[in-house]
Amino acid sequence: MSEPIRTDALIIGAGPCGLFAVFEMGLLDIKAHVVDILDKVGGQCAELYPEKPIYDIPGIPMITGQGLTEGLRAQVQPFHPVFHLNEMIETVEKIGDPLFRVTTDSGKVFEVKVVVIAAGGGSFQPKRPPVPGIEAYEGTSVFYAVRRMEDFRDRTVLIVGGGDSALDWTLNLQPIAKRMILLHRRDEFRGAPHSVDQMRELVSTGKMDLIIGQVTGLEGANGRLSGAMVKGNDGKISTVACDTMLPFFGLTMKLGPVANWGVTLKDNLIPVDTEAYETNVPGIFAIGDINTYPGKLKLILSGFHEGALMAQKASRYVFPDKRVVFQYTTSSTSLQKKLGVG
Amino acid sequence: MVRITFIDHTGKSRTVDAEPGSTVMENAIRNGVAGIEAECGGACACATCHVHVDEAWVEKTGKPSPMEEDMLDFAYDVQPNSRLSCQIKVREELDGLIVRTPERQS
Ligand SMILES: Cc1cc2nc3c(=O)[nH]c(=O)nc-3n(C[C@H](O)[C@H](O)[C@H](O)COP(=O)(O)OP(=O)(O)OC[C@H]3O[C@@H](n4cnc5c(N)ncnc54)[C@H](O)[C@@H]3O)c2cc1C
Ligand code: FES
Repeated sequence: MSEPIRTDALIIGAGPCGLFAVFEMGLLDIKAHVVDILDKVGGQCAELYPEKPIYDIPGIPMITGQGLTEGLRAQVQPFHPVFHLNEMIETVEKIGDPLFRVTTDSGKVFEVKVVVIAAGGGSFQPKRPPVPGIEAYEGTSVFYAVRRMEDFRDRTVLIVGGGDSALDWTLNLQPIAKRMILLHRRDEFRGAPHSVDQMRELVSTGKMDLIIGQVTGLEGANGRLSGAMVKGNDGKISTVACDTMLPFFGLTMKLGPVANWGVTLKDNLIPVDTEAYETNVPGIFAIGDINTYPGKLKLILSGFHEGALMAQKASRYVFPDKRVVFQYTTSSTSLQKKLGVG
Repeated sequence: MVRITFIDHTGKSRTVDAEPGSTVMENAIRNGVAGIEAECGGACACATCHVHVDEAWVEKTGKPSPMEEDMLDFAYDVQPNSRLSCQIKVREELDGLIVRTPERQS
């Protein structure tokens, strides 16, 4: 096990509520690290609707998901939070009073006094297309992510999808694959235009294949894929020979490992009190979409409020001897110093 | 009032009353029509409100916008008459509309 990273608080989830929690805790001198399974901060706002407008952030008549994410990122900068992206929290274990040992799927270990679960609708995970029997091939012939490119050397790879992930992996794996086949339901792609151009160039020079259609079934035995049944837009079904398939159908949120952390769950949500948004385990808080209490609204605005109250109680665990004095950012010279504006 | 009929993959049908200006998805959710999930609440961001529009109605409901086409890439069993029901606005001319819900949304 690697040397633990010791800090005050660990925030699980870098969605809007996790980000704003950095701010509220920062004002109280609580240092935080933030972990998210995505490769970027912003949670649902950045992943699901970056370009769509939000109309109910107080004082901001209209802002996009990406705009809000950038604003929050800038707002928490004075507190120098450390982000650990592309990492999923797997275990949370109580080892003191309160002291927690938290581990990620890549083997990082944290030791913190306070854990803030801001996991939203759960961890983002790739969508599994409803192709009958696909489960039998997962991990052997069907993959939803590329961990090691070498694993795909000399394979006949079928990539399904029309976005950036599909195109990027088509281009990256084409040189080492035995044969690269890209399958998409239409001859138009959402991905970056220069990737589309590069892909079309490879097709026109015969270095890879592009097929327009949709997967309806798989052929093979013992987890080894031998081909995919593909329905063309003319309705005809043909078999495309391949030994590896990479479907890229976007992400969906699944509760994930939260269920094993020792906090009580109710209908996949974490019940909390409304004084400090603390779970049944003292020192573990839950804010944002992941929590529930009488009257809960799954709004960004509610998660911000929850973060502010959570920070007050968290401060008592981190600094047991310090009295928290209520202050305004407008007038407090000490808060302004922390924000770098005083 | 506009009448909309939802037919599921087993052939079972449900007809509901819809207010012009609302979306076809909203009426499915309001009436608990199975087969429409609408995870994103109508933001054209999830593709779990996918329907196949009855051939007789394809012209009146119209074609998907480019944004909707992009989102349809995440749906399954996409056909030329596929639409995301949160992007179909109910109008008087759509009285009698028939849509079919797929076996699975995700
Ligand atoms: C299309 C759409 C439109 C919306 N419009 C509005 C609106 O207008 N107004 C409004 O107030 N709300 C709106 N919402 C809801 C709003 O986006 C959510 O309330 C908000 O994102 C919740 O924030 P969060 O920080 O709690 O969680 P999320 O944004 O869900 O972020 C949680 C993060 O935690 C990460 N995570 C989870 N588990 C783990 C783990 N084990 N390890 C590592 N990381 C993990 C996830 O990857 C994710 O990035 C909308 C939602 C959608 C989908
Ligand atoms: S409800 Fe999400 S795309 Fe229609």
